[in-house]
Amino acid sequence: MRPAVDRRADMRPDRPWEYAHLADADLKKTVLHALHVELGAKMVPFGGYDMPVQYPMGILGEHNHTRAAAGLFDVSHMGQVTLHGPDAVAALETLVPGDIAALDVGSTRYSMFTNEAGGILDDLMITNRGDRLFLVVNAGCKEADIAHMRAKIGSRTKVEYHEDRALLALQGPQAATVMARLAPASVAQKFMTFRTGDVAGIPCFFTRSGYTGEDGWEISVPADRAVELARAILANPEAKPIGLGARDSLRLEAGLCLYGHDIDTGTTPVEAGLQWSISKRRRAAGGFPGAARIQKELAEGPARKRVGILPEGRAPAREGTDIVDASGAKVGTVTSGGFGPTVNGPVCMGYVPAALAQPGTSVGLVVRGKTLPAKIVGMPFAPHRYFRG
Amino acid sequence: MAELRFTKDHEWIRVADGDTYEVGISDYAQGQLGDVVFVELPEVGKTIAKGGQAAVVESVKAASDIYAPVSGSVVAVNDALTGEPGLVNTDPTGKGWFFRIKATNAAEIQELMDEAAYDAFVKSQG
Repeated sequence: MRPAVDRRADMRPDRPWEYAHLADADLKKTVLHALHVELGAKMVPFGGYDMPVQYPMGILGEHNHTRAAAGLFDVSHMGQVTLHGPDAVAALETLVPGDIAALDVGSTRYSMFTNEAGGILDDLMITNRGDRLFLVVNAGCKEADIAHMRAKIGSRTKVEYHEDRALLALQGPQAATVMARLAPASVAQKFMTFRTGDVAGIPCFFTRSGYTGEDGWEISVPADRAVELARAILANPEAKPIGLGARDSLRLEAGLCLYGHDIDTGTTPVEAGLQWSISKRRRAAGGFPGAARIQKELAEGPARKRVGILPEGRAPAREGTDIVDASGAKVGTVTSGGFGPTVNGPVCMGYVPAALAQPGTSVGLVVRGKTLPAKIVGMPFAPHRYFRG
Repeated sequence: MAELRFTKDHEWIRVADGDTYEVGISDYAQGQLGDVVFVELPEVGKTIAKGGQAAVVESVKAASDIYAPVSGSVVAVNDALTGEPGLVNTDPTGKGWFFRIKATNAAEIQELMDEAAYDAFVKSQG
């Protein structure tokens, strides 16, 4: 048995020999690293960090546990950044197409840094904290994002990188049961809102959001108290530690993009189906990098679109799989694909020409030289269960 | 139960009947893979050289190729894996077998590791 050809570079739990030499020398560790090891995690490199891909429960069990109860994820590798000062909102709007001016105090919004070609440099969450903006960016992009902000808007807003904070995500239908014990006031909080307060007696800030399609929170905690918080959460019978493997299958079923795979500098927000994150005002006024292309695609439709693809058989189609039309001609590529435990079958997403993007369209997926039948479908694959109050 | 022999790629093989051998993946291999969700089996009648690609096993995260431990032709496949691929995890050297191969050169078996040698090999992999 040897790994089949796979273009995925970051996370290969099946080939530890390829990165064994990296594990100590080059990879960074989150403050929870020793706890992951203590809990029996299998560690792999992701975004420059040595991260838990799974615990002894296994990816399938962890995925199902998160959908049924509550999963605790260490997402401390992600970048937490504050933009200070009265000009932060206007300054950030020069880098993202999101409507930050319309964001209420205490609310959180999804947006992306774009480049002049309309490509996506990174996707991020932005919270209006009144006198400042709080950002969460991807691990693999955070240094570039911070350099980008300092270069482009550093004279207008102070860019503060919170290396002293960890980030935990608690996700699943029983996340609220756990939070009711640890931070009772949080239970009334709605999806995509932000609060500050104690969680298990530790001063934190937390948004009701996540990356699984489930109800849940992302909790920012001082790094020196992160282990204490993780243990306090795991003391609840509903909560189990969940690794990056299940995080990936959960977000794929939720139809959410993974940066560097489903979106990157070669894809625009409109191609990626993220135009819902661009308000009427920003569509009309532009003023963000790549606005000309993005406005043109909003008006005329993009040439290709990110779509959900459901293989008709049982064989998973992985990232990099060719998508073909009825004549067998290549029309696109799978950008994320695998087995969806909740769907109980293979699921993927990828880009196809706009003419083939309609749900119900038949396409083929070329897996190991064979063309397997599949259908374009709407996403998510597993319904979102956010708490909207 | 007949003696198992192992390849460095973590397949096992054991005599099933005369010059027909049963092939699967080791307990160590299934542990490394994690939850198996799909198995692609060879066609019965397919001729495979030793070390040739014979089957595919997919876990939640990744696909892996399974190689023929000996040269021969496939005489049977374990259809139970189609409906229940998790048998590879729960019973890797029993109900989780992949296929049976009629060996053309039984001497190739002798080149493979016995259980003690394989255990030592796995330990040396860290």
